[in-house]
Amino acid sequence: MRNLAFVIFGLWAGLVHAAELEDRRLFEGAAGQVTLRVLSSTDTDIFAPILDGFLERNPTIDIDYAVAGSADIVTLISDCPDCFDVVISSAMDLQLKLANDGLARRLPGLNGAPGSQWRQSLFGFTLEPATVVLNREAFAGRDVPETRQELIEALRADPEHFRGKLGTYDVRLSGLGYLFATQDARTSETYWRLMEVFGNLDAQLYCCSGDMIDDLARGDLFVAYNVLGSYASSRPETRDKVAIITPRDFATTMMRTVLVLDSTTREAAATALVGHLISGAWTAQDRPGYPLPSIGAADPSLLNVVSLEPGLLVYLDRLKRQLFLGAWSSALVR
Amino acid sequence: MTGRPWSLRRRLTLTLIGGAAVLAILFYLVVRTYAQQIAQQSQDRILEASVTSLLDAAVVRDGQIELDVPYAAFSMLDTAADDRVFYAIQQGNEFLSGYDGLALDDADPGAGPIFATRAFQGTQVRVARLTRNLPASPRPVLLTVSVAQTRDSLAGTLWTISVNAAVFGAAFFLLAAGMALWTSASTLRPLGQIAASVARRGPGDLRPVIRPVPLELSPLVASFNSLMTRLSHSLTQSETFIAEAAHRVRTPLATVRSHAEATLMRVDKDENRQALRSMIRAIDESSRAAGQLLDHAMVTFRSDQLETQDVDLVTICSEIVDRLTPVAEMMDLELGLQSDGPVPVRADPILIQNAVRNLVDNALKYSAAEGAIQITVTARPSPTITVTDQGIGFPQTEMASLSQRFQRGDNAKGTVGSGLGLTIAKDVAEAHGGRLELRNMEAGGACAILHL
Ligand SMILES: Nc1ncnc2c1ncn2[C@@H]1O[C@H](COP(=O)(O)OP(=O)(O)O)[C@@H](O)[C@H]1O
Ligand SMILES: [Mg+2]
Repeated sequence: MRNLAFVIFGLWAGLVHAAELEDRRLFEGAAGQVTLRVLSSTDTDIFAPILDGFLERNPTIDIDYAVAGSADIVTLISDCPDCFDVVISSAMDLQLKLANDGLARRLPGLNGAPGSQWRQSLFGFTLEPATVVLNREAFAGRDVPETRQELIEALRADPEHFRGKLGTYDVRLSGLGYLFATQDARTSETYWRLMEVFGNLDAQLYCCSGDMIDDLARGDLFVAYNVLGSYASSRPETRDKVAIITPRDFATTMMRTVLVLDSTTREAAATALVGHLISGAWTAQDRPGYPLPSIGAADPSLLNVVSLEPGLLVYLDRLKRQLFLGAWSSALVR
Repeated sequence: MTGRPWSLRRRLTLTLIGGAAVLAILFYLVVRTYAQQIAQQSQDRILEASVTSLLDAAVVRDGQIELDVPYAAFSMLDTAADDRVFYAIQQGNEFLSGYDGLALDDADPGAGPIFATRAFQGTQVRVARLTRNLPASPRPVLLTVSVAQTRDSLAGTLWTISVNAAVFGAAFFLLAAGMALWTSASTLRPLGQIAASVARRGPGDLRPVIRPVPLELSPLVASFNSLMTRLSHSLTQSETFIAEAAHRVRTPLATVRSHAEATLMRVDKDENRQALRSMIRAIDESSRAAGQLLDHAMVTFRSDQLETQDVDLVTICSEIVDRLTPVAEMMDLELGLQSDGPVPVRADPILIQNAVRNLVDNALKYSAAEGAIQITVTARPSPTITVTDQGIGFPQTEMASLSQRFQRGDNAKGTVGSGLGLTIAKDVAEAHGGRLELRNMEAGGACAILHL
């Protein structure tokens, strides 16, 4: 039988060339016996403190932590479902699809926060808004925009200042970028007007948030749209150079989600890790050094949280994706 | 009657409880089936809405199908149990998008959506499928959309409803069972009441049952009443007959006796006189027995329709003493009456008289000469009339049976008697709600006490 997931995500594979790991590191427990293979879209440096905390309590477990782009993750899993035990990703839609397609194991013993889990198999453990990150120097003497409309006006007011200095995800490459873009488009027409302006001003497209923030800190970029604030603020060397703005009109907010692959043979260890992440989602505010924004800390009224429900499958539909990418390209790609 | 007696009440209760159980189970099944239908229908409606919204979003542009999937098309399929969602979009037989395995080969633009439950990806799903002709040139395009959803939420809903229905069914059953117990008890209560009231009656009470009874019991009570009437009628008849017979015997006996006495005057031959004397004694005995029978019949009759009046027991007893003193003197016996003033009671004086006379008769009969017979009337603690003598006393072993009809003691051999005296006394006492006590005196002699 043909691999269903492969068919459905064939498009991804085609676009994304060969999916490969960006990074891979082994975290050893004090008395490691079981090796848990985690495939994650979160950079190792950011996630390391969480894993160290986990290994402290579970010294018999080793963690083989591999990092790949959220879109690549799907390809890697469909190519080799037996190669990993736990999948952590910021692309909620792709994660939900994995669970919907029966690749995730149900973990009835775990209780996520209300609204932050799906089918007892997909668990959200952070709440992270998409932010606009600005280069402080570039905005010296200017009003800092707080909504998309104000950003549009600021760009229109001085197009030559910003030309070539705008950046956002290339949604054709980044799973998280695609999720943010589609949810923005679903929420407000302003998104398309903003993208028109970005397109007119020769916006740069990035595969990954890291590069975008580097360029921003260096002053090659003035404005980065739909970047995770947590990434920008986690780097001490960039922290002073950038301003992180959570748009006041609406802030599309995603949950980083974790699932355990149904093919795993290490359910106990995997469940322990998921439990650790869920508990972190709630108690992180009391725990200095926890790198990711916890669910409990967020003010839900300000946030436009993407909910974990079958609607997420809509933009993954081949026809829908074609249409969306068509519109997106005609706005941004010149 | 043969076999174990069966209980009307148990049968009624079991029938009612059984009926309730059947109803409760029926209720459960009906609710479950209905709930299943409703739940399935509501899932079908949502699937249909999803399919329709997908088809509505489809247009043909430059010969290409363009389907701008509305977010709501899948969003509306969100359930409490987070059911999995699958779909397939196909043009003719060509698969366009979604889950390949859900597509079908024979697309057919039917009138309405088709629903089916089938296995998909290792689980049961409900599929809604709709095919539509999209206008296009040169010819219309056939677009089929299938949307499927797992049935976890449906199963959850059904489970909840089933549990509730079961709880309701059980509660209904318990309530009905309680009501069945109560109903059968209360339905059969009149039967028990009639039985109890009949059982409470005295032995001679043959009155019909006149309390109101349920319609269903009235044939039984009516035939019981008519049986009672016939019974009491035949009893009365036989008593009347006895009285009549005794009377008829006594009158000619009196005639025969007077003839015999007259003849005795006239015959001189010793052996003839001897024969006449025993004849006269036999006549006396017969007439006395007839008298006793008559008395007994009279006592029975008056006891059945007891009519009481205020009487003084002392007065009644002193009349008897007056009348029997001559007889006692003839037998060298002393007859005395003792009391502390009048003892008023409500009673039938004729009956009391009869009873006391019989007791005194016995005392006279079973006493040796020169003895004393004492009648004592007391008011406290209850009205009693005690007759004592100094004779042979009651035969100790037969004490309990002496007051039965025609029952005579061992000590009565050679004494004239019919065995009805104590019976009469006892009947009279019982007719007045009292009893007859028999015992022997320590110093010798019988003691009969009439408690009233
Ligand atoms: N005063 C008594 N003394 C001794 N025995 C008595 C006395 N009264 C009754 N009995 C005994 O009780 C029996 C029943 O008495 P009763 O019913 O009057 O019949 P009867 O016609 O024989 O007197 C008598 O046969 C006798 O044996
Ligand atoms: Mg007698």
